[in-house]
Amino acid sequence: MRAVAAFVFLASAGLLTAGLVGAGASSSPPADVASSADVEKGREIYERCGACHSLERDRVGPRHCGLFGRRAGSVPGFVYSDAMRESRLFWGRKTLDRFLTNPLAVVPGTFMGYAGIPDPKEREQLLDYLDVATRGEQCDAAAGSAAKTDGDGRGRRGDVRD
Amino acid sequence: MSSEIALAPREALSRRKFLGGATTATLSAAAIGLLAGAPTLFARRASAETDEQDIRILNTALGAEHEAVAAYQVGAESGLLKKPTLDLAVQFQGQHKEHIDLLAATVKKLGGQPVAGKVSYAFPVEKLETEEDVLRFAAGLEKGAVSAYLGAVPILGSGELSRAAASILGDEAMHWAVLRYVLGENPVPHAFVS
Ligand code: HEC
Repeated sequence: MRAVAAFVFLASAGLLTAGLVGAGASSSPPADVASSADVEKGREIYERCGACHSLERDRVGPRHCGLFGRRAGSVPGFVYSDAMRESRLFWGRKTLDRFLTNPLAVVPGTFMGYAGIPDPKEREQLLDYLDVATRGEQCDAAAGSAAKTDGDGRGRRGDVRD
Repeated sequence: MSSEIALAPREALSRRKFLGGATTATLSAAAIGLLAGAPTLFARRASAETDEQDIRILNTALGAEHEAVAAYQVGAESGLLKKPTLDLAVQFQGQHKEHIDLLAATVKKLGGQPVAGKVSYAFPVEKLETEEDVLRFAAGLEKGAVSAYLGAVPILGSGELSRAAASILGDEAMHWAVLRYVLGENPVPHAFVS
């Protein structure tokens, strides 16, 4: 839906250039179209997560491939805290931004013992990177079948989505 | 690993028994020093939630330390590391083992069950073809570890626990700097870690 909305907006604003079509197809609204410099800065910021996470592999924390659109706590085979599994969050830019600001406050009881990233600009760059990297080629095999819904194909009341 | 996180009910555990027990048998003198302030701290602590949160934070760090020890094992057995870097890797691995001992003892003191290491880890071994690859991989883990402890320091429930985390952070930062130096990179690229 959002990608379509972005497309319509871009087209009507006469901004439909080759470069923007690709970026507009991601979940970001046009004003947020990430520069490659932001993505590169985000890649560096992601190194902070490197003791516990990687894109393709479950480690101390779950893999990040396929993150966007996936239900919190849903990578098959990864043992999450009850708090994460029951959080009713669905990962998108807004929910990730909130969680990464202060993980323990947003999901009390989470196993992710990490204070968070207080700087909004850094979170934005990190999300610019994750938006690209978690859908990238190295994720083709690893994105897996994490739940996008509750398993019945529908959302439930109380779900927190973007 | 997280499957092993099972918090013992607070009431079922005699804290005094733990404090007087032999849980620190394998700890170095320095590690014992870091724990020394703890008994008074535990007497002061009131909140079971704080304890449980501390246990979760420390157990997650413990899981990462187990992985680091296994990673250095892979590096050491790869045949790619030559002396003197091989000696360094073995030394760094030994220090990660000491972190494990301290974290596990602390989790126990708080009334928790320390997580065990995994039976196997899926390291990206297909990408480790040269000595440089192995050192870069290790440097990445150490850098991540510095950030992880930096992220633990402000949320631990007491100054003593934060001090222990900061003490480990300093050690990992030295590992990271030395690995960067061996790789021919600026060993200390910034005035602050993040
Ligand atoms: C100290 C280890 C550690 C660090 C550092 C860490 N994480 Fe995590 N992360 C975890 C663990 C453990 C979980 C599982 C949490 C749970 O089950 O409560 C997790 C869960 C997550 C989730 C939810 C994933 C899902 O499948 O629902 C996201 C998103 C996430 N982390 C992002 C990050 C990012 C981005 C960073 C770096 C800024 C980071 N984490 C740093 C350990 C860590």
